[in-house]
Amino acid sequence: MAYVAVKGGEKAIDNAHAWLARERRGDTVHPVLSVAQIEEQLGRSVDRVMAEGSLYDRELAALAIKQAQGDLIEAAFLIRAYRTTLPRFAHSRPVETAAMRIERRVSAVFKDLPGGQVLGPTYDYTHRLLDFSLLDDEAVAPATRSPHPLEPMPRVPDILGQEGLIEPDTSAEQEPGDLTREPLTFPADRDVRLQALARGDEGFILGLGYSTQRGYGGSHPFAGEIRMGEVSVEIEPAELGFSIDIGDLVLTECQMVNQFKGSKTVPPQFTRGYGLIFGFGERKAMSMALVDRAMRAGELGEDVTAPAQNIEFVLYHSDNIEATGFVEHLKLPHYVDFQSELQNVRRMRESAA
Amino acid sequence: MKGYNFAYLDEQTKRMIRRGLLKAVAIPGHQVPFGSREMPLPYGWGTGGIQVTASILGANDVLKVIDQGADDTTNAVSIRRFFARTAGVATTTATAEATVIQTRHRIPEKQLREDQIIVYQVPQPEPLFRLESSRVETKRMHGLSDYGLMHVKLYEDISRFGQISISYDYPVMVNERYLMSPSPIPAFDNPKMDMMPALQLFGAGREKRIYAIPPWTRVKSLDFEDHPFRTINAPHPCGLCGATDSYLDEVVTDNHGGRLFVCSDTDHCAERRAAGHVGTDGFQEAAE
Repeated sequence: MAYVAVKGGEKAIDNAHAWLARERRGDTVHPVLSVAQIEEQLGRSVDRVMAEGSLYDRELAALAIKQAQGDLIEAAFLIRAYRTTLPRFAHSRPVETAAMRIERRVSAVFKDLPGGQVLGPTYDYTHRLLDFSLLDDEAVAPATRSPHPLEPMPRVPDILGQEGLIEPDTSAEQEPGDLTREPLTFPADRDVRLQALARGDEGFILGLGYSTQRGYGGSHPFAGEIRMGEVSVEIEPAELGFSIDIGDLVLTECQMVNQFKGSKTVPPQFTRGYGLIFGFGERKAMSMALVDRAMRAGELGEDVTAPAQNIEFVLYHSDNIEATGFVEHLKLPHYVDFQSELQNVRRMRESAA
Repeated sequence: MKGYNFAYLDEQTKRMIRRGLLKAVAIPGHQVPFGSREMPLPYGWGTGGIQVTASILGANDVLKVIDQGADDTTNAVSIRRFFARTAGVATTTATAEATVIQTRHRIPEKQLREDQIIVYQVPQPEPLFRLESSRVETKRMHGLSDYGLMHVKLYEDISRFGQISISYDYPVMVNERYLMSPSPIPAFDNPKMDMMPALQLFGAGREKRIYAIPPWTRVKSLDFEDHPFRTINAPHPCGLCGATDSYLDEVVTDNHGGRLFVCSDTDHCAERRAAGHVGTDGFQEAAE
């Protein structure tokens, strides 16, 4: 074999991109998938990409899903790389989830409570049987809604808080940190930890949350409340002096209520684990609340032994854009390093012989 | 490029990175945390190097990008195109013509000059990470110059194998103060870092750290008096250009154990061949 120094990287890349575009479009006998269809009919994918992409824009998330052929981590990556170029006009005021326009609200700790239980559009009690009627265009029966407006729905931890049975929610003294602007440093405060979890990979957070239920840092959780619905986003421009409503977000919030036996300085009371994410993402919000509580072990004087309680471990490995990039970089050429390892092994074998 | 600032990053971000670079230059070998941005290329593929390059690049710069020593590996092509597209700067494959050289895993064979900057892509800036996984701990160890753990590791290597078994990403002491990862360059390249006339900048995007070696700074590969640092290279001349002093790639040529050793630095090899040097497996360059 005559060796010619490998050339043609440029052409290979162009050809690969052309092939990819063709592959993405699929067989042209089928009509092209519109972004609006993805936005409307693949809503949970859109929600996940918005959450992990850290950008609330349903249309852009749908576009990213289309461009990524439905690979949701790749789509979140596209969104992140776009998001980072956007200018920042303002910071919003904290959104008020107590005033959420509820579409779903369930509590696992009280049978009934002010505002009641609202199931909303959940898969929870569907039987997971493939619905073959979806193979064809199906007609959808109209969904009925209660004609009565919903009553105000106080948050369950607030109800417990009236009796002093749950730790008070401390208000932040300083502006919350922002991982997209400042590098992660330790000790990492809870605001930054929550941001990392909200952006983190759903599967990773789910696995960590699950591990706390199986003895790796258990915290005896109860799903105090899960709520999903629209909240208003308000900004307060300095020159105005009052806040203005700039739009709505759909959020899922989970408040876990955890047993706590008290310590030398704190009486027995319930503690909180908190989850809040863009869109309808209950699995993620619940997992996030479990892991948030697990990461508070040190603060609450509990032993720190399990992976979910190890803040450095959780925060450094929860971001799937970082993780996928670094895992997949192993396919880049490493022949220089491998060559030095080859020579090294040869030399070591010689000196061992 | 329409819709994007010169060299992709906005000016505020570049300023933030430059401040980090200045601090890094002032404290050679010290890892400076920076607000690494999400780039349109994946983490682990050079986002740190790209951000450093983007923040130092000017319109008159001439950029060279290499991966494994070569200008034409796919990732080097991709990054070079990225800057050609977003900054419109001139690019080159000739080491001598470049003002900024971004690299992954190699230092060019040709001695760099004072008017050049070399930017390394760094996957893992923490030299102690295999020995201590907590960054809180390693930060403390750097603060106290407490590098006993690394010396013990090297000592254990010698007692087990009779030699130090690290062949790339071989740890160095910078300016007799900070232990530093030279990035995964082969140990062969380590001596080039010592008293290099060019400014050396290191960017780790995923790990959000920047560090630097100013020109003419002492960089010493860790060793012991009775086990001095040794480089590793294949004991062959380059098959194409006959060079005996360059780092070599090993190419598998057939299924019967056939091997060809060629310069990893493609520009170095091409330049030598153009000057008439021929290796045992090479052929005379056709006259142009």
